[in-house]
Amino acid sequence: MMVLRVALKALRVNKLRSSLTMLGMIIGVAAVIAMLAIGGGAQERVRDQLKNLGSNLMLIIPGSTTASGVRLGTGAAQTLTEEDAQAIAIDVEGVIVAAPSLRGSGQVVAGNLNWSTQFFGTNNDYLIARDWPLASGRLFEPNEISSSGKVALIGLTTAQQLFGDADPVDQVIRVRKVPLTIIGVLARKGQNALGQDQDDIVLMPISTARNRVLGQTQGKQRRVGTISVKTADGADMKAIEEKIKDLLRQRMKVQPGAEDPFTIRNLTELLQAQEAASRVLTLLLGAVASVSLLVGGIGIMNIMLVSVTERTREIGLRMAVGARGHDILKQFLVEAVTLSMIGGALGILLGVAASFAVGEFANWRTDITPQAVALAVGFSAAVGVFFGFYPARKASRLLPIEALRYE
Amino acid sequence: MLIETRDLRKDYTLGDTVVHALAGVSLSIDAGEFVAVMGPSGSGKSTFMNMIGCLDRPTSGSYLLAGQDVAGMDSDALAAVRNRRIGFVFQQFNLLARTSALENVELPLMYANVPIKERHERARGKLALVGLGERADHQPSQLSGGQQQRVAIARALVNDPALILADEPTGALDSRTSVEIMALLQQLNRGGMTIVLVTHENDVSAFASRVVHFRDGKVVSDDRQPPRSAHDALARLDRAAPAAA
Repeated sequence: MMVLRVALKALRVNKLRSSLTMLGMIIGVAAVIAMLAIGGGAQERVRDQLKNLGSNLMLIIPGSTTASGVRLGTGAAQTLTEEDAQAIAIDVEGVIVAAPSLRGSGQVVAGNLNWSTQFFGTNNDYLIARDWPLASGRLFEPNEISSSGKVALIGLTTAQQLFGDADPVDQVIRVRKVPLTIIGVLARKGQNALGQDQDDIVLMPISTARNRVLGQTQGKQRRVGTISVKTADGADMKAIEEKIKDLLRQRMKVQPGAEDPFTIRNLTELLQAQEAASRVLTLLLGAVASVSLLVGGIGIMNIMLVSVTERTREIGLRMAVGARGHDILKQFLVEAVTLSMIGGALGILLGVAASFAVGEFANWRTDITPQAVALAVGFSAAVGVFFGFYPARKASRLLPIEALRYE
Repeated sequence: MLIETRDLRKDYTLGDTVVHALAGVSLSIDAGEFVAVMGPSGSGKSTFMNMIGCLDRPTSGSYLLAGQDVAGMDSDALAAVRNRRIGFVFQQFNLLARTSALENVELPLMYANVPIKERHERARGKLALVGLGERADHQPSQLSGGQQQRVAIARALVNDPALILADEPTGALDSRTSVEIMALLQQLNRGGMTIVLVTHENDVSAFASRVVHFRDGKVVSDDRQPPRSAHDALARLDRAAPAAA
């Protein structure tokens, strides 16, 4: 306590010099905090998208097809079927669900309100694959799935547009003029990675979509647009992807060497790669900011060395009246650490303010974690000890008689 | 016997040549003596003072301070000896700037780990003793040279040492203030304090009861004398120039 008071007093003696030295620390710590906040924010955003998408998710979409030499785009050939989805779910180890879905879009009418949205014909597995719980109501019954039940689940945005704040459950909407009874409302999902509102959606049994809404006649094979595959936690997604590919090629009787008539998109992996990239970015930003902290530390060392030289006679006097080497060491070390800690504390304030400013004006997401603050505090104390030690030791090793005689 | 040195030697190496700053000094000083150490510069008197002040270690020889051999102590032990047994008074006062007189006086107590309350009490007591009880909160820059030296003397006294070492304590003061400081030292000496004073002025050494002359690192004379009274000298000064008082 006493030592701290002596240190503060010594720092007050040279206010301008102390504040300029602190400025080095302030900028260093603020830079570390702000950079970690920006990097952390980017990471957090990717992580959110990942969670949003549903974890361990793979999408299988039909591939391109060639008609009379003209190559049509992805999805042109509806080569995937509900049976493929079932086969994947049953035969491939590590797959939890494989949900088939058919996508369409169109006008949805409820009472005197109408709203353009997209709809999916699917089953309950789709919600499992997307990690998408219900906010209210119930899921599809098996007989509704199998026999084109006139029921629907709707997203929050669609519910809002058509019913306002009223409860949409048990209300009837007409999708492309087909009346469907709402049995449940999906929980909020927010925007996806592309900024689309995922809550603007209507879900219905896949048979309903195929037979009633999209108006396709029931063929021999029940074709689907997409199959959403959810794998078990910790499963090797690459291996599962290979197995699904083999299974589908076999089922579709694709010649060896021919192109896959489908594409498997491993979105989770994609986002994980992105997350890893943003983690590297955070580290990089932090490392660059640390350099300024290092420079601040060198500033402290420089000033402490000047201070030791200037105060040689004071050191000599203190030794003459009974200060031991380690008393002097402690005094100068505490002074350096005080300098760096006050600088660190102000730096945290500045860093937090800078992060908020970046978040506010540049509209970047920033994320200040307690760990980042703790890191900055620890770092500034460590800088003080590390860079203060050499000058302090130099002071403590002065010979009292030479220090007293110093001019 | 408070101070007893036997064949104390100190050699410095300057380039190729070895300088014998102390070439075998054997000297004894009893408790309660007032000794003036004199000699031209380079005579070894300052080196001798550093030795008996435990600020430096001899090359050879022994030094007993109150019966304790301090020549072989390590630097921490020497710091403790300086703290408890010796009070220093310097020519340039060596007070901490921007620090109150009270805190300056407390400094040795801080290194003796005396609790803060007791520190204040003892420091105030010594400041009152040197006649500065009213100026405990003044900083050195607000005090005259004589007052600053009084603060330094209070600091030397605060840990109740066995010995006061004064290195040219009047060197930076005018003649009247010098006599005042000598009066204070004489007063302390009458109270039983041992004082060893380094000076090159005969005017100053006249106030001591024993004068030791150094030359070329050796004691060349050691005489006892009836000390001149600083109190009387002050009275004479007042008569000569009453306006100055």
